[in-house]
Amino acid sequence: MQKIKTSRHRQLKIVVYLAMSLAFLSALAMPFENDKRVNTGNTAAVAEVKIIDEATMERDQLAEESKAAFNEAYTVFMHPRCLNCHPSGDIPLQGDDSRLHTMNVKRGPDGKGLYAMKCKNCHQDTHVPGNNMPPGHFNWHLPPAKTKMVFEGKSPRQLATSFKDPKFTGFKSMDEFIKHVEEDTLVKNSFTYGTRPPLSHPDFVVKVKEWIAKGAAIPDK
Amino acid sequence: MINIKVNGKAYQLAVDPSTPILWVLRDTLGLMGTKFGCGVAQCGACTVHLDGEGIRSCISPVSRAAGKEITTIEGLDVKLGKPLEQAWIQEDVPQCGYCQSGQIMAAAILLRDNPNPTDQDIDDGMSGNLCRCGTYQRIRKAIHVAAKLRT
Amino acid sequence: MKEINHINRRQFIKTGSAVGGGLLLSFYLPAFGKAIKTAVNNAPASFIPNAFIRIGADDIITIICNHSEMGQGAYTSVPMMVAEELDADWSKIRFESAPVDPVYNHLGFGMQATGGSSSTLSEYDRLRNAGATARAMLIAAAAQTWKVDPSACKTENGKVINKVSGKSLLYSELVEKASLINAPKLVQLKDPKDFNIIGKPIKRLDTPEKINGTGIFGLDVKVAGLLTALIARPPVFGGKVKSFNADKAKAIPGVKHVVEIERGIAVVADGFWPAKLGREALEIVWDEGALKDLDSITQRKQYAALAKEPGVSARKEGDVAASMAGAVKKIDATYELPYLAHAPMEPLNCVADVKVDSCEIWVGTQFQTMEFMNAVQITGLKPEQVKVHTTLLGGGFGRRGVLDCHFVREAVQVSKAINAPVKVIWTREDDIQGGYYRPAAHHVINAGIDASGMPLFWQQQIVCQSFAVGTVMEAMMVKDGVDSTAVEGAADMAYNVPNLKVNWNMAPGGVPTLWWRSVGHSGNAFVTETFIDALAHAAGKDPYQYRLALLEKHLRHKRVLVMAAEKSNWGKPLPAGRARGIAIHESFGSYVAHVAEVSIPKPGTIKVHKVVSVIDCGPVVNPETIRAQIEGCVVFGLTAALYGEISFEKGRVKQRNFYDYKILRMNEMPQVEVHIVPSTEKMGGVGEPGVPPVAPAVANALFLLTGRRIRKLPFAKEDLVKKV
Repeated sequence: MQKIKTSRHRQLKIVVYLAMSLAFLSALAMPFENDKRVNTGNTAAVAEVKIIDEATMERDQLAEESKAAFNEAYTVFMHPRCLNCHPSGDIPLQGDDSRLHTMNVKRGPDGKGLYAMKCKNCHQDTHVPGNNMPPGHFNWHLPPAKTKMVFEGKSPRQLATSFKDPKFTGFKSMDEFIKHVEEDTLVKNSFTYGTRPPLSHPDFVVKVKEWIAKGAAIPDK
Repeated sequence: MINIKVNGKAYQLAVDPSTPILWVLRDTLGLMGTKFGCGVAQCGACTVHLDGEGIRSCISPVSRAAGKEITTIEGLDVKLGKPLEQAWIQEDVPQCGYCQSGQIMAAAILLRDNPNPTDQDIDDGMSGNLCRCGTYQRIRKAIHVAAKLRT
Repeated sequence: MKEINHINRRQFIKTGSAVGGGLLLSFYLPAFGKAIKTAVNNAPASFIPNAFIRIGADDIITIICNHSEMGQGAYTSVPMMVAEELDADWSKIRFESAPVDPVYNHLGFGMQATGGSSSTLSEYDRLRNAGATARAMLIAAAAQTWKVDPSACKTENGKVINKVSGKSLLYSELVEKASLINAPKLVQLKDPKDFNIIGKPIKRLDTPEKINGTGIFGLDVKVAGLLTALIARPPVFGGKVKSFNADKAKAIPGVKHVVEIERGIAVVADGFWPAKLGREALEIVWDEGALKDLDSITQRKQYAALAKEPGVSARKEGDVAASMAGAVKKIDATYELPYLAHAPMEPLNCVADVKVDSCEIWVGTQFQTMEFMNAVQITGLKPEQVKVHTTLLGGGFGRRGVLDCHFVREAVQVSKAINAPVKVIWTREDDIQGGYYRPAAHHVINAGIDASGMPLFWQQQIVCQSFAVGTVMEAMMVKDGVDSTAVEGAADMAYNVPNLKVNWNMAPGGVPTLWWRSVGHSGNAFVTETFIDALAHAAGKDPYQYRLALLEKHLRHKRVLVMAAEKSNWGKPLPAGRARGIAIHESFGSYVAHVAEVSIPKPGTIKVHKVVSVIDCGPVVNPETIRAQIEGCVVFGLTAALYGEISFEKGRVKQRNFYDYKILRMNEMPQVEVHIVPSTEKMGGVGEPGVPPVAPAVANALFLLTGRRIRKLPFAKEDLVKKV
């Protein structure tokens, strides 16, 4: 039973994914285009108004879907497995309660720790088996000091706004943002240990892409 | 077979590659200066340098050191170690002394990377090393002294 | 390491009497100088005047230390006391750990042991005499050489000097001749004003070996053919092995033996790692025993119920019941204190090498004689076939002085079973979960103040386990049904309360408990010092002045308190958000006050900025050691206050390692400022007395910030939030 459900769910996702892929290239420009149309709306002819109405409805529909997708992805962004390396200060968080990382570990300029407290001094290439052992990855780190990518304390609206700001992410484009979410092995690693985020990594990627493909709309709250 | 270098000497080891470096040092090579304190990277007593980084040898598998160079308290470079030893003696730092190899190995990295550390830098570099006897205040002072001795 | 093993077991010290400025003691040192010369044939040219001193022809003076070095500085302060009266050249002094022999017995404990903050105070007379005796013999030898009267000679810096001719002889040059001199029965000790070594901040002798990796702790001992054992012990205290299957463990490469011993199943391998993997692979069915459902929440309720029983009287002054009606204000409080683990940095371990005709043990122990006797009992060997070597101790805090000698017994049993030398290593989890904790306690107090605000009555009911009852220590520690360690610091509280009643109810045993740095004082002082603070506030009085008024007849307390107030700027303004708290406590013959400066950076968090500490421990042997010990006590006490707790669920200890049994770290270290009261009073200890007043001083400061009285340790997040 469970298996069938899951596979149907997956098929659906794939359909959505394909649809989004078509819209993908124009996705980032969309908000600006829309703005233009709205501005011209007042002086428009009747026929045009009708079109605008349709477009607006479509746009609103997309925006709502975009926001919904973000809100789902948000549950992953804010899950300890992701959040813990995107803290509001320079001390990483740890555990399911996102407490400050013990031993006063600090970010350091490159996000890889400081002095004898570099992340990799304890975090190995792979998870160390056993109770409370450090999870592992060959490139364990936080975002670097110049782009700290703080998630902690951010509402969906704030986080989505941040993601669209290259100064926040350090990524030149949303493509790079997607690449981080989809391909970064450290990100993927977060779905492999401890309490898992509420979405699987592929599902999470789908949601992020959907958010962007449907206009990277900013959630209301 | 795993090839590692420890304190300048090359070794070819036939050990289970998952064996932590700590136990290779202590049980295989007989280097007892690196201490076992917690086995879970919490206390820092096992700190050694692996290609210049202050790793926790108790949870780092020896496979990680393949082709690399390990430095233990016994082989700490004189330029890094001497001022620290002098400062530690001058400030009467150790009590039971068990954690001090690890403290010195951590302090050596701190001073190498930051020759004139502030108290905050010392907190940032040394909070990973536990001392149950409570010698922190003296370690702090000795690091400042060692920084001066190095110049 | 050369060791003196065949020692004349005559009585060692007789009586003391003060004459003039110095001390003149009738002092019997064992007459083994000549015997040792033949026994230790690899040191033919040394002068061994007594069990504590060996002067070599190379001018090196080795002091045989009968107190274990566990961080408290015994390997420096013991040599200092000898070297002072010997007039030795301090740069020539070396230390060596004593073998087990009655001659090295602790003068108070009647066995060779280190503890009770007593290394210095218990040896102050004996070791100075040992030095003075040797010095007298060296003078006699020089006088013979020069054919002058001994009174024409003086000593200085490792030399005997002819006062008339000005000639001098190094001690090393007198070794042969001095060995033939009979030890004097009476020696003159120095007037303290003439001390050159005692009272000076002499640098620790053991620092170099502790910072270059050469110092030998128990875990570092190497013996040819040494194997490593880890032991699977019952997951519940009192549990037993029902059955086990070692097939999988034995299949681990490197695992050599799996043997059952008294306390569990030992997996013996050619190193730690295979032993650990082997232990994990063991399949054991346990009989979990009577404590299989032990649970801290239930236990607390049980203790609370016990507190309602009358218990045994530990102190009674006046008439509490009759005085109650006269109180203008009453305060009740219930305190809960947890079990605490010692968690020394070096996990417990012991090396044993049992052969058909010998047994050698290398161990960091506080209890040499007990370990020795247990080894003799287990091996069935003759006492002279058993040797115990004391290594450096990577921390002790009481944990390495256990009455049942379990960590030595395990090693001896394993070595005997496998007929090979073995090092039993405890993992940190074994240590944290292995018991021998500071007993948990429950206190119920009610007190009342009179119209002037001063305490009128104080009634305190203490519930905790006893680790003395039923052991060899019962005779020493239990008086009139009261375990002194359960009530110390409460029953002997110095504050003047006219109607005072302290009773003790012994809680059921089962969880192994033990002395933990400062023993009963560790918890009892938290109760008395926070509660007296609460009374001061109830009376609307300054807590420092209030204490001072209640310690009218206690001059040493008062002096310490006044100095602490002065040095901490008590009463002067502080930066916004900070508060000071004060506490004072006497233990182990010393008086310590702490003033802690505390803030709450964010609700639920705490920052201890500074602790000003004052100690009166009587005459000072090494002021630097005292400062270091007090600094250490502050860290130890603060660690317990902020984090320390061992708790149970389904019979098992919940905490495992330093991630859930936390130790204070560098970034949490307050600035500690130690002041020593100049004192010629009776000498007290320094290793422990700094611990008890730490937690109450901090809690008293927190009260000013939050309006909350903390009555349960460790501090909880909600204790660190301002009351609205």
